[in-house]
Amino acid sequence: MTLTLDAPRIVTTHPLLQVHHVSKSYGSVNALRDVSAIAYPGEVLGIVGESGSGKSTLLRMMNLEETPDTGSYTLDLPDVEGNLFDLDRFARRMLCATRIGIVYQNPHLGLLMKHSSSGNVAERLLVAGERSFATLRAKATAALEASEFPLDRLDAPPIELSGGMQQRVQLAKAIALEPALLLLDEPTTGLDVSVQALVLDTLKRLQQERRITMVIVSHDLGVIKTLADRVMVMKGGEVVEAGLADQIFQDPQHAYTQQLVHAKL
Amino acid sequence: MIPVLDIEGLSKGFTLHHLGNQIEAFKDISFTVGAGEFVLLKGANGAGKSTLLRTLYRSYLPRAGVIRFHSDDGPIDLARAADIDIAHLRRTEIGFVTQFLQARPRVSAEAIVAEPLRLHGIPADEALIRAREALATFGVKQELWKAYPTTFSGGEQQKVNLARALILPQKLLLLDEPTASLDANARAALVSRLEELKAAGTAMIGVFHHPGDVEKLIDRVVDLTPDFIKSEDRIDVDL
Repeated sequence: MTLTLDAPRIVTTHPLLQVHHVSKSYGSVNALRDVSAIAYPGEVLGIVGESGSGKSTLLRMMNLEETPDTGSYTLDLPDVEGNLFDLDRFARRMLCATRIGIVYQNPHLGLLMKHSSSGNVAERLLVAGERSFATLRAKATAALEASEFPLDRLDAPPIELSGGMQQRVQLAKAIALEPALLLLDEPTTGLDVSVQALVLDTLKRLQQERRITMVIVSHDLGVIKTLADRVMVMKGGEVVEAGLADQIFQDPQHAYTQQLVHAKL
Repeated sequence: MIPVLDIEGLSKGFTLHHLGNQIEAFKDISFTVGAGEFVLLKGANGAGKSTLLRTLYRSYLPRAGVIRFHSDDGPIDLARAADIDIAHLRRTEIGFVTQFLQARPRVSAEAIVAEPLRLHGIPADEALIRAREALATFGVKQELWKAYPTTFSGGEQQKVNLARALILPQKLLLLDEPTASLDANARAALVSRLEELKAAGTAMIGVFHHPGDVEKLIDRVVDLTPDFIKSEDRIDVDL
């Protein structure tokens, strides 16, 4: 039913991220079935789908937190070669610290809740080998400022901050090392609508200023619509449809995507 | 005439899965647009005029047919081109103008207008100067330039939108009723900007509720009424 498009002819740049034929099962449950995804440099790829569609599992694989049963993952970066799923634990940790940033829905997963906010960001820099206290402080402050975190609260631990501010600390930590890839797992879910708009706005601005490649996972179509250039729709561990964001929202082809788009308020 | 777009046998329909049926929008449309040519789409409500524009922009996926676009990088079929190529062409060669502004929170009018220039690689300060000129041309008051258009009236938002949509000269411009509900001064500014772009070689395909607004620009009319003569010379047309 879905028509097959030609390979790119005008854009000759290689995709930054390529995931091919990834499958994963937990016992008898197929979490992911032959999933492929690509993202070009500076592009925002949105992944939508309901709980259990496999979208978050796919994102965790892109952050090398999980390994599929089969499939490959490459990033087109200097000094980064081969199937990243084959890397050992140390190499994975180093690659994630220096080249990939992630923001989780739950800040407890990304932050040390009782350490200072600037310390949380500096920790990421320490992992990458930065040792000078002055540089750490300066870089952490710059990242927090870029994330529009109020600088009079640098020393406040995340546990004392609002949900929106916690997400800004996560974001600062994620971008502190200017990663090539930023992964966002439901970054605004659970926030008040007004706070959500501000966080999305910060993400949009950072994306435009720094041309960071982003993959954002959300069940909220509004979030995806605001940020994504291209959208992948997942259901039951499979990709049912992919296309330009406006095409997915205005002319969805698959029955499930139509249901999803029409269900939006 | 330098060809910009050759449309051959283009058809579009929608499958509505929850109703289990199909809706046909238009069928077997063929016409050509050259550089500096202005084609008016004609047809009753529901004839598929806006649907055709969206299909050419690839917001809609065509059912059948070829949309050969003569890009700076050679001919490419927009009906089947990769998403990433379409995204690139939308930034560089193909524009879509509607009457609605996609305002974003906390982005000023002048920044929204300057954005297409910046994304095109023009330095930020130069982009800003040109954006302010464009806002002035469309009659947006200077005190509004630094304000956020999310709070503007519909008419002012529309002017910001036009300033933005027309700031970067493009090879192909798709116009979906951009004059609707525009005041006389802004309409005159729009027509004069379109004239400028046309003289510079931009090919245009437009839908206008009141074609009289753009009368002097029209070179040809394509009628989408089913089984009508597909294309006619501007002279014979009753606007």
